[in-house]
Amino acid sequence: MFIFEGVQPGNLSPEHMQEHMGKWLAWIGKLKAANKYLAGEPLLPGGKLVSGPNGKTVTDGPYTEGKEVVGGFFIINAKDLDEAVELSKDCPDLGHGSKVQVRQVMKVEVGQPA
Amino acid sequence: MDQNKNVNQLVDHLFRHESGKMIAVLSRLLGLQNIEVAQDIVQDTLLQAMSTWGYKSIPDNPSAWLYRVAKNKAIDFLRRKKRFHDISSEYSHLLESEYTLSSTVNSLFLETEMQDSQLRMMFACSHPAIPEESQIALTLKTLCGLSVNEIAKGFLTTDDTIAKRIYRAKEKIKVEKIELEVPQSHELSVRTDTVLKSLYLLFNEGYKSTNPDKLIREDLCEEAMRLCFLLTQHQLTSLPRTKALLALMCFQASRLDARLDDNNNIILLKHQDRSKWNRSLISKGFELMEESTEPFEVTTYHLEAAIASQHATARSFEQTDWKSIYHLYEMLYQLQPNPVVAMNKAIASSYAISKQNALKELQQIKGLENHHVYYASIAEVYFDLDNKEEAKKYFTKALELTSSSFDQQLLMSKINSC
Repeated sequence: MFIFEGVQPGNLSPEHMQEHMGKWLAWIGKLKAANKYLAGEPLLPGGKLVSGPNGKTVTDGPYTEGKEVVGGFFIINAKDLDEAVELSKDCPDLGHGSKVQVRQVMKVEVGQPA
Repeated sequence: MDQNKNVNQLVDHLFRHESGKMIAVLSRLLGLQNIEVAQDIVQDTLLQAMSTWGYKSIPDNPSAWLYRVAKNKAIDFLRRKKRFHDISSEYSHLLESEYTLSSTVNSLFLETEMQDSQLRMMFACSHPAIPEESQIALTLKTLCGLSVNEIAKGFLTTDDTIAKRIYRAKEKIKVEKIELEVPQSHELSVRTDTVLKSLYLLFNEGYKSTNPDKLIREDLCEEAMRLCFLLTQHQLTSLPRTKALLALMCFQASRLDARLDDNNNIILLKHQDRSKWNRSLISKGFELMEESTEPFEVTTYHLEAAIASQHATARSFEQTDWKSIYHLYEMLYQLQPNPVVAMNKAIASSYAISKQNALKELQQIKGLENHHVYYASIAEVYFDLDNKEEAKKYFTKALELTSSSFDQQLLMSKINSC
């Protein structure tokens, strides 16, 4: 993928890398120790706020289980699920196999070459 | 003809990225309040490139060509301006004097400054005063060079809706006087979280299977990764959580080529050809995971990356370490107790613990009653339990709730197999 051009990838295969994840294993160890005290409080020892897309906003995420094990998605980009349902009413009906998609790229705005 | 085709390919790849960079630089030069002027200058520049390159040939260094033209247009614009009081950028006093005008403009087009401008633009687009859906639309328009029409396709909505979201965002920029700046250190962490979340949602838009346009989906994923990569390259934003998020994206993006068949239908994980997975992206994901461990912090991105890494290294669907995945989901649910996480946890439990347990967990979830994937998950468990009647009932319910042709096809084939 282009974003890593010029960045040397490691020589190890994914399997080897997984086995040599020393720091990561230590991280998991720390997490397990901290988890005992977690009990629903979003704070960990050391006072670090646990962050990420949390809070009141319910959002879908790139989870493998729902999307690739069962196969499906949520139309959620809303504050809560009720709003999501409202939002989904805006969607044009993509059903019935309508796959027209010839991509217009930027020609729409840029114009044709003379 | 060939020449035109080449030019159009450049429009697709180069223009998209360069327009985002140039809009960021010009907005910094002219002040974010003048973002529309910046967009017009970039638009004119691309238009000029299209016509010039179409006639002649593509220059050796097309990016440099674009920068030069954009710079000249910006300088022209500034010279024509009699009054500078509406240019609120930090450079306004340097732009007033002919002695410093060109050198100031030139200096902002240096590579490091361009990166810095893009970073500032990311913070501005994810400003807390701007509503979330507008944040993403604005990011895609200004930083990723997507047209309104493309964004609308990405979000499965109308051009009109996206245009409104962008308009609202620009209004907020004016009303709240949002500037292109890197937040102060005390608010940097919170503001970075908003940027990360925006990129997370952007990636998700590309990762989900709804959109019939494969190219658009991959573009959304790539753009999210490109911007996240930019954040990992900057001292202030290269936090453990930033690296964890990029790791997550690497693992999930590694399957983009293996997830669709020739007819653009989704291939489920179980049936994917794992040799098609992008191994260098997976390796990159592990590298980033290692780097995300220090200093110690726990974020949902860390846990999601860890879950994704388990899938990325499993030799087969059956050999997946579902117990570890389930355990990670339990921790994720503690940090983020929402029904979507609960559902994904329940699906994992179907393989890690038992089908009965999965059914129990799924039935306890409140708040997904209008979502087809929830019913499809229940149906899947019944199917595995060999209860074809119940499976069919729930697959049919799921079918009633989806308007995506992808999902309809998938569900139809499931119903037929019951």
